[in-house]
Amino acid sequence: MDVVAHLKELTSSPGLSGYEAPVREIIRAAWAPLTAEAHADRLGSLWATKAGAGAPPRPRLMLAAHMDAIGLMVTKVEGEFLRVAQIGGIDARVMPGQLVTVHGKEDLPGVAAQPPAFLLPKANREGLVPLSELVVDVGLPAERVAALVRVGDVISFAAPPRELQGDMFVAHSLDNRASVAAVTVCLEALQTRPHVWDVVAVATVQEEVGVKGAVTSAFALRPDLAIAIDVTHGAGPNVKEFADSTFPLGGGPVLAFGPNIHPGLHAAVKAAAERAEIPHNVEALSQHSGTDAFGIQVAREGIPTMVVSLPLRNMHTPVEQLSVKDVTRTGRLLAEFIAGLKEDFVSTLTFE
Amino acid sequence: MAQKPARKKPVTTPRRPAPAEAAAPPLTRSPRATASELDLLRELSNASGVSGDEGAVRRIILDAIRGHVDEVKVDVLGNVLALKKGVGRGERVLVAAHMDEVGFMVSGHDPDGSLRLEIVGGLDERLLLGKAVLVGPKRLPGVIGAAPVHLLNGDRRSAVVKITQLRIDIGVESQEAAKKLVRVGDRGVFAAEFAVVGPSLRGKALDDRLGCATLVELLRGGPYGFEVHAAFTVQEEVGLRGAKVAGYAVDPACAFVLDCTPALDLPHTDAERENTQYNTRLGYGPAIYVSDSSTIHDKRLVSYLKQTAEGAAIPYQIRQPGGGGTDAGAIHRSREGVPSVSVSVPGRYLHTPVALARADDWRNTVRLMKLALEGWTPKVLKR
Repeated sequence: MDVVAHLKELTSSPGLSGYEAPVREIIRAAWAPLTAEAHADRLGSLWATKAGAGAPPRPRLMLAAHMDAIGLMVTKVEGEFLRVAQIGGIDARVMPGQLVTVHGKEDLPGVAAQPPAFLLPKANREGLVPLSELVVDVGLPAERVAALVRVGDVISFAAPPRELQGDMFVAHSLDNRASVAAVTVCLEALQTRPHVWDVVAVATVQEEVGVKGAVTSAFALRPDLAIAIDVTHGAGPNVKEFADSTFPLGGGPVLAFGPNIHPGLHAAVKAAAERAEIPHNVEALSQHSGTDAFGIQVAREGIPTMVVSLPLRNMHTPVEQLSVKDVTRTGRLLAEFIAGLKEDFVSTLTFE
Repeated sequence: MAQKPARKKPVTTPRRPAPAEAAAPPLTRSPRATASELDLLRELSNASGVSGDEGAVRRIILDAIRGHVDEVKVDVLGNVLALKKGVGRGERVLVAAHMDEVGFMVSGHDPDGSLRLEIVGGLDERLLLGKAVLVGPKRLPGVIGAAPVHLLNGDRRSAVVKITQLRIDIGVESQEAAKKLVRVGDRGVFAAEFAVVGPSLRGKALDDRLGCATLVELLRGGPYGFEVHAAFTVQEEVGLRGAKVAGYAVDPACAFVLDCTPALDLPHTDAERENTQYNTRLGYGPAIYVSDSSTIHDKRLVSYLKQTAEGAAIPYQIRQPGGGGTDAGAIHRSREGVPSVSVSVPGRYLHTPVALARADDWRNTVRLMKLALEGWTPKVLKR
């Protein structure tokens, strides 16, 4: 598989929290040939099952990668201009001068801009202009804007993906489309690797607004184990002061440890990484993992969960950056772990 | 030169401005920009031409005017000075547009392979965070990244990151690797593709590649009744440097300066308050200057442009008197003085990656200036 091309198609499709349909169809097209069936559940999460070789009823592993992205929503139409609010955690510092797509009656290319100081309240005439005072401009006269855009329309980032030196890749929404791509890599690897367990790949909805899709999908699927695949903070020039909580790009997947993680499952995934000689790092997450695992862990009677992360720079900006080999390695690690899963794995899990 | 589709002829060619009562015909829409005109604009806007490093823009312009001018030279600062001979007497009229744009310069290499930078021209540092950029003559892709808000405490989430803290990340992990690719002094620009958006044009360097494109169109027209001296100037954004020597070298009877000026026509945050300081507004036509912080524009030339526009029913607006400036600020003080006027295409969000102008405003600027040159005689300057 051409991972870069897959990342490009995934990050070029809109799919904001609650509005994931466009990217869901891209993912469905990628996963359908690799799985027996793929369908969207009630909230819109996509399930695709790769059946295991064991005798039914087979144990089931859920791979959860959220497909929703952060973005904006129109709160007011003021003549030619739109006022906006955030969907998910928008970084207002990076907004002025960004390209966006306004999903009105048609998709409209737009720009986010900060008004000149004299049009702002006195308190905001210097320093950062808050999101509530920015405008989005679609370059159309007021009557066209009125005809095409309504309050509540969503707005996606539109900066095109870019390739830097080496295998560094830049795009908006790599959080968390990069993890979706890693799941695709895993599903592809499983085509030629026998595995006993059923694997249900789930592209979840609404993670960025409170881990919604993972909760409902985990309830419905009742998996025996679950791994959330998400991004974590990559080390880089802007986060030198956060050395303990950032991880090298190109250093391989990051294996989370903490209350949101079953320690036995963590150990088994780590053993798989060592078996396959996949470089990796361990991240201590002392509380909320900030991922789908937070919801899945307490679904129904409780589910042993793990978080595998991709190191990502500039998270929640339109220039999220990663090393493409980390995507491939994460997919390979998941496949290695799955291929090694014995039917009775859950009964062997301990907390020691 | 590629064949161009026929364009609608201007309504009149007023050697003498039409009387006011003749300005009755309703405002006509300007002829649409043709594909080849848009291609030139796209090429100009996408090119990197930060003040002092205008070479890429210069090459495009030299190509674009070849065969349409009688003499062309590049002066010691890098200005393109072209002469289009006239059919009549030998008066010299200068028409200027600046080639340079705001951007940044690489000022150092950090041990981790990232690059430090300094701003060139009036670029708001709040525009830099979280942007894709192109660095150096090879236009190496890079990004100006940001510490994720997740890791920052409340105050820092809403604090502007200063230029000294910003770094360009080109994807290498060592100073040695970075030094092989980028030199201290290399210029950089936003990575932002020109686009046509409905009736609008979008690009990082519409200021002032729109003016450059207008001037190219003027040179492709004519010949006029006098010598047209075109100056595609350098270093406007860092103090009208190129225009100063171009004005001296040409020593013209008068000068027209073509630029791009902010349209600050956004709503007030307080919806009750009217925005009365919009400078210019998109869609209201070319902006004729009366006064800015560097120039009192020549009254005779201002009147002449207004009458020319009215005579041909071309919409225009008067740029609100106030701050800012154009190359006219340097040119009108050249030698014994040069009567000068500026005409700008209004643009929103200038000096950002996403400047926005109306194609009609640009086309109407071209129309107005063509008519103004076609009709110009020394009598315009008679007191």
